[in-house]
This record gives sequence, structure tokens and C-alpha cells, in this order.
Amino acid sequence: MLTIPCPFCGERDEAEFRYGGEALEEIPPAEASDAEWSDYLFNRDNPKGLVHERWCHSYGCNQWFQVVRETVTHRIHAVYKVGELRPDIDHLDGAEAQAGG
Amino acid sequence: MRGYSFSTVLGRALRGHRRWPPAWRSAEPGRAYDVVVVGGGGHGLATAYYLAKNHGITNVAVLEKGWLGGGNTGRNTQVTRSNYFWPQSAAFFERSLELYEGLSQDLNFNVMLSQRGILTLAHSHHEMEALRRWTNAIRINGIDSDVLTPAEIGKLVPLLNLDARFPVHGGFIQRRGGISRHDAVAWGYARAASALGVTVVEQCEVTGFDVEQGRVTGVSTNRGSIAAERVCICVAGHTSVLAARAGLRVPITSMALQAMVSEPLKPCLDTVVLSPVIHVYVSQTDRGELVIGGGADGYGSYAQRGGVPLLEENLAALIELFPAFSRLRLMRQWAGIVDITPDTTPIMGPTPVGNLYVSGGWGTGGYKAIPAGGETMAYTIAHDAPHPLIADFGLDRFETGALIDEGAASGVSH
Ligand SMILES: Cc1cc2nc3c(=O)[nH]c(=O)nc-3n(C[C@H](O)[C@H](O)[C@H](O)COP(=O)(O)OP(=O)(O)OC[C@H]3O[C@@H](n4cnc5c(N)ncnc54)[C@H](O)[C@@H]3O)c2cc1C
Ligand SMILES: [Zn+2]
Repeated sequence: MLTIPCPFCGERDEAEFRYGGEALEEIPPAEASDAEWSDYLFNRDNPKGLVHERWCHSYGCNQWFQVVRETVTHRIHAVYKVGELRPDIDHLDGAEAQAGG
Repeated sequence: MRGYSFSTVLGRALRGHRRWPPAWRSAEPGRAYDVVVVGGGGHGLATAYYLAKNHGITNVAVLEKGWLGGGNTGRNTQVTRSNYFWPQSAAFFERSLELYEGLSQDLNFNVMLSQRGILTLAHSHHEMEALRRWTNAIRINGIDSDVLTPAEIGKLVPLLNLDARFPVHGGFIQRRGGISRHDAVAWGYARAASALGVTVVEQCEVTGFDVEQGRVTGVSTNRGSIAAERVCICVAGHTSVLAARAGLRVPITSMALQAMVSEPLKPCLDTVVLSPVIHVYVSQTDRGELVIGGGADGYGSYAQRGGVPLLEENLAALIELFPAFSRLRLMRQWAGIVDITPDTTPIMGPTPVGNLYVSGGWGTGGYKAIPAGGETMAYTIAHDAPHPLIADFGLDRFETGALIDEGAASGVSH
């Protein structure tokens, strides 16, 4: 069971949230090639380790926000609002992922 | 290889089952192969077997980081069926079911295929309409499928509660669907491939690829480098991780899919029953245990364990359908990491890196696909051109937009 700290409501159970996939890169410009659009629309990093992802507190405040989570241990390292800068988590990468196997 | 037969089993039994020879040679990795298959699950092993059997390519190694079948092949709920919606899926999964029907003979290994039928339930008038449409599509694809009334369902599955909170409005059945024994599929392919000269290496993890001028020339492993003319990635939930080591991004999200078994019971359920809407499916094994599954945990995961909220949801749905099962105890619960694509259709064929092939995106339903997956991948590698049955399953569909949105595959996860 995940416990997710909603930046608006505080810690709540996983059951109150909806997962929105990886926090995406910038939308390509309209003149981008099919390959660029395909990469943006469908391809994912899907890392075994730290990931930036979107969640919606759908049975609470109904706000979308971003979570930095480790995909083996499921530990949540940071939560930030839409429009806020990504927290610097680069130093965490690797070691934790290794520990998770 | 000595074939298994009634007389060999009897002979060994009389000698107390001592000194059975190993089923496959567990070998040290060599220095170079025509084909290296990464991943010793059903798809990797079947690909190696058909390379040897159908194409005479026997200088093949299957490299498995753990033990054979220790991935999703040995963790799945064994549902085998071909009742898919789109013609491409139907043709491919029907070929797979046909191969399953002859697999025990072909491999000389009893995979215990039991075609007990698979029954899909509808709980409202509207779902019933959708199921009728699905049934029609399946029949147009030339695959057996029959709509059943609630009364017929009640006769087939007496323990099912037809007037529950989600009353049963009807359903449809593919009678040739059923279950088989997953370990036997992995071991049977390994043994038959090994007998044809394929090298099967366990405890050998591929950590990277040697790429020269856009073409793969070998792999690095925890047991040294191995040269290869061609390499095929068959690693299910780890497809993205390995693809990244070859510099590729793929349209896959890895998620945990869980399953569980009850304590053993006397025979009480002789079809597979599933409800796409309340999200559970159940069958009874020959040992008497109920095998129960549902959907995948709803977020990206490489943790090979399932979350409790979904487990509760699956069991609540089961008890809703079968109140009598509420008294059972669960014996085990586990999960596998499944590789989910945006359209729930697998990704099979060449990659942008030369000589590198992928068989992945099997998601929650690739066990039933193992024989045809292996057969068509072997063809694709041998001819360096996609087998006609999988021509539409390539990575390029995400660029052309020709997705195969197989809702019938994803209605419930098996
Ligand atoms: C709980 C559950 C229930 C399911 N139920 C059904 C069902 O009822 N019917 C159905 O059709 N499908 C079902 N599936 C899906 C099915 O199990 C899979 O799609 C199928 O087994 C995939 O086979 P595979 O050979 O591609 O993968 P796997 O069997 O997972 O094999 C991949 C192998 O690759 C190895 N590997 C990974 N990385 C490396 C590396 N770097 N180097 C070397 N080896 C590596 C792994 O150890 C693993 O053994 C279910 C899955 C789960 C988890
Ligand atoms: Zn909130």
C-alpha cells in the first residue's frame, strides 16, 4: 500500500489517488516529425529506479501533482506541484535503485 | 535425449525414480553464437526451440539471469484462449492455441492442456450487448465462441451466484479455451531445445550490448562477453531496461500483476470464469487449488510483489460471484512484472538497432502466446523479415499510427 503525501491535503492512502503515468517532457512543436511525435506520445523511460510521475488526488482535492518515486522500493522521495521546478534528486539515483535489486 | 513414455516412467518408478537424467544440459556460456536469446522464459525458450527445429539454426544460446521460467512464465495463471477481437490478434492467438493443442506430443512433455472452456460474464444489459458484439467478431474470425443465457451459465457453474449485487445477465464461452501447466511449458521447451543442440545458460545476466556501426555484434554478461550474429530480447517486464542499454526507448510501462491460490478443494469448478467488469477470474487446478487473478496494480513498478488494495478488490469480487468461497484460506499470493504497451498488443520484430530483435510487450496475457510467439520470432530472426502473422506487431506501428487496440486482451488481465 502506498501512502502518498498530497501537496494540498497531506498523507493519504493509495486508494484515493489515480496514477497518471510519467511526467512527460515538453510537447513537441507542431512541425515535429512522426518519429518525434511517436516518441513523445508513446515511448517511456520506464526506469527501474527513480521516476517523476503524475498523480491525481481524485477522491480528495482532485488536483494533479508530481511525485518522485523509486519503482522497486516504492519509496516516495519528493512531491511537487504542477508548475514548480523539479526537485534535484540526481544525487539519489543509482544507489537506491541498486538497493532495491 | 531419451523420450518420456509410459514404459520409461514405469521403468524409473520401479527403480524408485533414482537417477533420472537432467531434462536439459545446463551449460557454461560459449564465446560466440549465431543467435543469443536474452531471457529464459517461455518466449525465449520457444524462440530458441523453433530456431533449431524449423530453421536448423542450432548454434543458439538462451541466457537467463535467474532460473528458467522464474519470470512471468512461472508466475502466471495459465489461461489459454484465442477469443480476441481484431483479425490480427485472432489469427496469431488462434495459431498459438493450435500449437498448444499439439504441444505435449511435439515436445514429448506433458503440458497438461485442459480445454475446459473459458466463460466471460456480463452483469448488465449493456455489457451483454458488448459481449454479443465481441462474440460476433470472434466468430467472424473463425474462432469458436457461444453466447450463454443465465440459465445455461447456472447449469455450467452451479456455485456461481447469479443474483448478486452484480447480477449475471449472460456471458459467452470459448470451449477450446482453458489452462495448462506453466512450468511444464518452460521446461518442455528447454528440454526439447537442448536436445536439438541449443545451449541453455542459467545465472547469466545480460548487462549490455556491443553495437558497432548501428548493429549488434554481441552481449556483455556477468560471465563475460559473448559474440552473436543476432540477438533477441525476451525479458518481459525488463524490456525497457534492456532496450535502454542498446540506446532505445520503447512504449512500455512495467507494472506488477498479482495472483493467488486458495487451499486445495475437491473439484467444484470445471471452467475458467471471468468477469471483466468486477475484475476477477478464477479456475481450479488439478491439485484442487483455486487460482485467482485480476488486474495489474495501477502504477509503474519493478517490485515483484502485489499491493494489498488490489488483492482485496480481487477477493471481494470473487466472493461476490462465489459466496461459498468466502470460507477458504489463501495459501499463496505473488506478483510478476508485466510489460504493458499502449494498445495492449505485443511488440515483436526488428528494432532500429541492426541484428537486434525484440519480443515483448506481452503484458498480462503472453503465456497463451508462447508457442506462436516462439514460432514467429524464430522465423523473423531466421529470415530477417517479420513472419506474416506478426507483421502488424512491429515497433513501427507507433509511428504509423496503426495500433491494434485489443480491448479483448485487456478486459481482464490474463
Ligand atoms: C500474475 C500473472 C498472471 C498472468 N496470467 C496470464 C494468463 O492467465 N494467461 C496468459 O496468457 N498470460 C498471463 N500472464 C502473462 C504471462 O505470464 C507473460 O506475458 C509471459 O509469461 C511472458 O513470457 P516471457 O517469456 O516474455 O517472460 P518471462 O517468463 O518473464 O521471462 C523473461 C525472463 O528474462 C529474464 N531476464 C530479465 N532480464 C534479464 C537479463 N538482463 N539477462 C538475462 N535474463 C534476463 C527473467 O529472469 C525472466 O526469466 C500473467 C502474468 C502474471 C504476472
Ligand atoms: Zn489532495
